Amino acid sequence: MNHRRVVVTGLGIIAPNAHGIQNFEKALRQGKSGIRFLPHLEKLQFGCRVGGIPDNLDQISKEYFPTDILNVLNESMRYAGIAALDAWTDAGLNIPLPDDDQVNWDSGAIVGTGIGGADTLGIIIPKVNEGRARRLGSAVVEQTMSSSVSARLSGFLALGNQVTTNSSACSTGTEAVIMGYERIREGKADKMLCGGAEGSSPYIWAGFDAMRVLNTGKNDAPEQASRPMSATAGGFIPGAGSGILLLESLDSAQQRGARIYGEILGGAVNSGGQRNGGSMSAPNGEGVQRCIRTALHNSGIGTGDVDVINGHLTATMADPLELANWAAALERAPDDLPYIHSTKSLVGHCLGAAGGIECVASLLEVYKGFIHGSINCEDLHEKIQPYEKRVVHHTIEKDFKTLIKASFGFGDVNSCVVFQKYEG
Amino acid sequence: MEEKDIFEKVIEILKPYVRETEDLKTATKETDILNDLKVNSSRLVDIILAIEDEFDIEVSDDEADEVQTIGDTVSLIAGKI
Repeated sequence: MNHRRVVVTGLGIIAPNAHGIQNFEKALRQGKSGIRFLPHLEKLQFGCRVGGIPDNLDQISKEYFPTDILNVLNESMRYAGIAALDAWTDAGLNIPLPDDDQVNWDSGAIVGTGIGGADTLGIIIPKVNEGRARRLGSAVVEQTMSSSVSARLSGFLALGNQVTTNSSACSTGTEAVIMGYERIREGKADKMLCGGAEGSSPYIWAGFDAMRVLNTGKNDAPEQASRPMSATAGGFIPGAGSGILLLESLDSAQQRGARIYGEILGGAVNSGGQRNGGSMSAPNGEGVQRCIRTALHNSGIGTGDVDVINGHLTATMADPLELANWAAALERAPDDLPYIHSTKSLVGHCLGAAGGIECVASLLEVYKGFIHGSINCEDLHEKIQPYEKRVVHHTIEKDFKTLIKASFGFGDVNSCVVFQKYEG
Repeated sequence: MEEKDIFEKVIEILKPYVRETEDLKTATKETDILNDLKVNSSRLVDIILAIEDEFDIEVSDDEADEVQTIGDTVSLIAGKI
């Protein structure tokens, strides 16, 4: 079977530290943190009272959606819509008019979410409990169905190919990119919008606070709170937003003379089976390593061909294990590991959106030739110190060829994708 | 309340649900809510809820099903207040 080559021609981002590709690139290069103190979390007595929420969502939304649509979009749907529309136009494509009946049968979307419309559930639950179910209004189904973050995109862009939502916890966004890649590679679509979106509802974040996996020690220093790879990491910082990529067959991109950010060489998704130390909330190291190796195999490259790792690296006790898994899977000594960094140090852990946001960062790095600094890890964890030379603390301007990006999630699920500079 | 006042309140209620608020400026009693104002049919439920709250009335599902034009809406409300 002849597989088609797949490239990325559009990027859309609304993240805690920036909205829009140019602003996001600047934020990455400058090491700008999007983590802020959130008074409502203090009022709600959360242990962790900082988080990453994109600025000015209401104002931005008005620029993207007509009032009748905006009124029925909850937070995660807005993020997904903004990032998807941005990715589409960034790729040089026109947004169709609502009255234009032409459908883009070869274009689709796989946009995932970890938890979805919890903000809407917060409205539904008390009303139902009060016996007022019939006064919920008409929009709560479209806002709480798992596919809420992808379903609207079909209407915005007249998408006629597969439009769906995947969900694999914090692996979601990267998994969506791999699923879209496979669909185009197999000739089932020409263009796919892929990534993830997640809202900032306290109803989402409360469960993680209850699990004691959030950093509660930096409420007074928000920008220092997200500390992947640090000896004083203390847990992750929750974030929200959306990152979406427009994947396209190379043929289609070339035919219309599109700008190409990079090529997707291949990817892999798997699960560790919750064995050998793996569980609902911890990874089986063998599963992680197999996922990385399979991604390399599917990409047709060797362990020595990887230049940069954009890690999952959340700032929990799993970070040292992740470094060890990368070294083992890539068969590289600690001081010979590819450059490694964590986008979560800047935006927090955006859960179902994390993979999408971090894939957007990765493509920008591949295309523009830089590796952004991973902040707040001056004090590396002792088990990460052997990798010291390979941890990127400050942004490096460097043309490189190959970046590997992985995301891992509850359920012991893994996803790994390989991006390469497009050189014809 | 005069029909004219009810009409104006209905126009105000419809604002968040129409695609182009400009269309409301030329709306008459004959204006069809779904076809002329391009209101999504699902949103009729929300419009009825807003009318119930605004005029402190109750509208049955059967009555709501009969509403097509702004005039229908005004008449329905006028018959209940």
